[in-house]
Amino acid sequence: MSNKMHIKMNVNGKDEEFLAEPRELLIYTLRERLNITGPHIGCDTSHCGACTVTIDGKSVKACTMFVAQASGSSVTTIEGIGTPDSLHPLQEAFKEHHGLQCGYCTPGMITRATKLLEENPNPTEEDIRFGMAGNICRCTGYQNIVKSIQAAAVEMSSAKEAAE
Amino acid sequence: MKDEVISRDDRVANLKGMGCSRKRVEDARFTQGKGNYVDDIKLDGMLFGDFVRSPYAHARIKGINAEEALKIPGVLAVLTAEDLAPLGLHWMPTLAGDKQMVLADGKVLFQGQEVAFVVAEDRYAAADGIELVEVDYEELPVIVDPFESLKSDVVLREDLDPNADGAHGPRKHPNHIFTWEAGDKEPTEEVIANADIVAEESMYYHRTHPCPLETCGSVALMDKVNGKLTLWGTFQAPHAIRTIVSLISGIEEHNIRVISPDIGGGFGNKVGAYPGYVCSVVASIVTGRPVKWIEDRMDNLMTTAFARDYWMKGKISATKEGKITGLQCHVTADHGGFDACADPTKFPAGFMNICTGSYDIPTAYLEVDGVYTNKAPGGVSYRCSFRVTEAVYFIERMIEVLAIKLNMDSAELRRINFIKKEQFPYKAALGWEYDSGDYHTAWDKALKTVDYDGLRAEQAQRVEDFKAGKTRKLMGIGLSFFTEIVGAGPVKNCDILGLGMFDSCEIRIHPTGSAIARLGTISQGQGHATTFAQILASEIGLPADSITIEEGDTDTAPYGLGTYGSRSTPVAGAATAMAGRKIRAKAQMIAAYLLEVHDNDVEFDVDRFVVKGAPERFKTMKEIAFAAYNQAIPGLEPGLEAVSYYDPPNMTYPFGAYVCVMDIDVDTGVPEIRRFYALDDCGTRINPMIIEGQVHGGLTEALAVALGQEIAYDDMGNCKTGTLMDFFLPTAWEVPNYETDFTVTPSPHHPIGAKGVGESPHVGGVPCFSNAVQDAFRPFGNTHTNMPHDHWRIWKTANGLGLHD
Ligand code: FES
Ligand code: FES
Repeated sequence: MSNKMHIKMNVNGKDEEFLAEPRELLIYTLRERLNITGPHIGCDTSHCGACTVTIDGKSVKACTMFVAQASGSSVTTIEGIGTPDSLHPLQEAFKEHHGLQCGYCTPGMITRATKLLEENPNPTEEDIRFGMAGNICRCTGYQNIVKSIQAAAVEMSSAKEAAE
Repeated sequence: MKDEVISRDDRVANLKGMGCSRKRVEDARFTQGKGNYVDDIKLDGMLFGDFVRSPYAHARIKGINAEEALKIPGVLAVLTAEDLAPLGLHWMPTLAGDKQMVLADGKVLFQGQEVAFVVAEDRYAAADGIELVEVDYEELPVIVDPFESLKSDVVLREDLDPNADGAHGPRKHPNHIFTWEAGDKEPTEEVIANADIVAEESMYYHRTHPCPLETCGSVALMDKVNGKLTLWGTFQAPHAIRTIVSLISGIEEHNIRVISPDIGGGFGNKVGAYPGYVCSVVASIVTGRPVKWIEDRMDNLMTTAFARDYWMKGKISATKEGKITGLQCHVTADHGGFDACADPTKFPAGFMNICTGSYDIPTAYLEVDGVYTNKAPGGVSYRCSFRVTEAVYFIERMIEVLAIKLNMDSAELRRINFIKKEQFPYKAALGWEYDSGDYHTAWDKALKTVDYDGLRAEQAQRVEDFKAGKTRKLMGIGLSFFTEIVGAGPVKNCDILGLGMFDSCEIRIHPTGSAIARLGTISQGQGHATTFAQILASEIGLPADSITIEEGDTDTAPYGLGTYGSRSTPVAGAATAMAGRKIRAKAQMIAAYLLEVHDNDVEFDVDRFVVKGAPERFKTMKEIAFAAYNQAIPGLEPGLEAVSYYDPPNMTYPFGAYVCVMDIDVDTGVPEIRRFYALDDCGTRINPMIIEGQVHGGLTEALAVALGQEIAYDDMGNCKTGTLMDFFLPTAWEVPNYETDFTVTPSPHHPIGAKGVGESPHVGGVPCFSNAVQDAFRPFGNTHTNMPHDHWRIWKTANGLGLHD
């Protein structure tokens, strides 16, 4: 197509540069163009949160953002959170507390939860339920997701205290 | 040997076998975004196909013009029924013995029906192509009401001979599909006619949808060089899909490989065969390239696999003391444009005949009429075993209605009618033989834990306060006691498309004492890779951590009927245990040879065979595994493998007792769940952590269905609930914390006594939430209101009872 735009962005620490149609959605860029398939598509209408990524420090639903809008930004997906040898405390906690079943919502959940805990390192259960309400899970009933996030919060706070 | 100093308890713990809350092995990949779902599959040269869908619910198709669409760069082909007809693929068989259009053949029968398949280089090109396909429709009268359908002159299915029988016997009307009966009609009518007390109620169990977070999809690759078709997809029953694909395409079954990769939830949505699967295959044959089809959420909600839509009319009779004497139920079942229910062949209304519930009801009669309408086809078991949710909802509502008529507490009414422990195995009036149960114990435990009497006293006080103007909130206590019927099923009466509903497991032990087991089922989040390894660990004495479980690839896994209806543990779990026992039997011979004693002189102990009476003489399973591959043992073949195909002798009957306490604001109609207590008895418990997770999830789906989730149509057949804006999926904010509890009544016929649990909380949860809402209004004269109890409907109930005056 003729009217392509020049896009530059940093995804999980790596600089990317390409031409894209203005209508290309960020989730498509990530999944199809860059082969980053951690973020999923559950609705296309910003209701489910399966596509949640972090853009310049904010939780964003990648299905409802044009890649052009993300040009010049830093994007973090689940692939940029923790490594197999050193998982993020949230990844550990979700495993430990059975915070997932089919796993389809999990990348979005964990990505969102990393931001939630940055915004509020000591959330109450209510804070968590409110702060995670943009992410739908069809399998777990949320109880163990809440538990996982609570456990990660405790873990991260004590790790921070120990470091200080 | 180091091993000898380890205590027996430690040896048991090392296995991580049955009964322990082993952490899930699946989670490492899912938490790191490394799952492999169907939409993650990328193949060289892969194309994307998507549908032109009908905007009308009933219309004739006068013509399709794809000329403009084909001019779009990147659009390669537009398939219509005309293209599929020469291959005989424009129609396909449904699992219910009906047939369904793959692409509209002359007419459409529901909004969203597949009309043409646009194949393009990517999703954007496909979407552009869809925009430009011109379809000339002539609108026809629309029928969305099944009662009207049975009276109408408008014939929906013109392809069917109106005078010929359907797959399930005679049809009464061109829009009628079947009548299905269970029990004894005349005796039941007689009992009810002569009874002291009769309660009657009509209820509508609304249409809804399983809506897993991942929609349906497939990738087809026809390798023309080798003549092999590989089909990846969201299949809850990959082997059955392979057989269906073979039957309809004519490709020999050995040339078809079906793979279910990771599945993002199923809940019944992914049992059926959909036009998208067929079209991806045809498109791959036509283009010679791999073709992917992924439905979007709107496609999913509007076209693949609705659930419920049962209009139920009941009569229940009792003595003055409350002993139930008879039950009658008639169902008008709205199946939409095609009968695509996913039920065992002999059960066109599924296991609706479990509708006598947990009660000793001597006489009963059930009649179900299936009807065509201009709605999407489906009728799947949404997190339940073949219409059990409908059955349990029906009886648990009838109990409440009867309690009102008797002016009796419904907890007590349940108690005096429960099937007693000593009556098991219990033959129910509608035909099933319940394997085991101890309902009174479970009920008493539940009521005691929640302090039932205290709750009723509090509720009475609340009613007083309400009447005195001190509060605007009512309190509802929802009760339900359910019996599930799962683990379909015995081949003698359960099949799908003629395939017996057994399941299978094949085990290979490796020389170093680790193993791989493959099953005919497929996990969609249930954690099979974790729990089946636990069953095996206990059976064969090798650590669960050393056992790989593999499912979903028909080239490698033994044939099985898949995962739905809570059948994995009852059927494949049994096959796993039985295959494990075959391994153990051979291991025993090897051990005896190595220990130079007779076979009968060794016995199995946790992870080894020991010489009877000489515990210091033993061979561990690890040693035995190695010996199987490096010793020439007279009379024994080398190797250590086994396979079991398990045909269950009966279904299993998990049960449970649920209590929900709810506050309802009569002015806003908002319900607030204060407490939810769920006691489940699923027999032997394999992994308590996973059971609890299943209960939380099932209850949340129950909450959704009871309190707001529905697929609704307007009179024109427009689906009004095609996005997550309108279709209610609860978030963390709306969902309470659940209290879980259990009793253990093992199944007497299952090798490890397990009964299955995935669906119980949904089956028992829906009536419990609904009963809580209805109970809040009982003191003001409410008998029954239909679900879903969304805020508006609750407000309307309050208004109708004069509570806003
Ligand atoms: S796919 Fe983006 S919110 Fe659902
Ligand atoms: S784990 Fe399946 S949707 Fe959340």
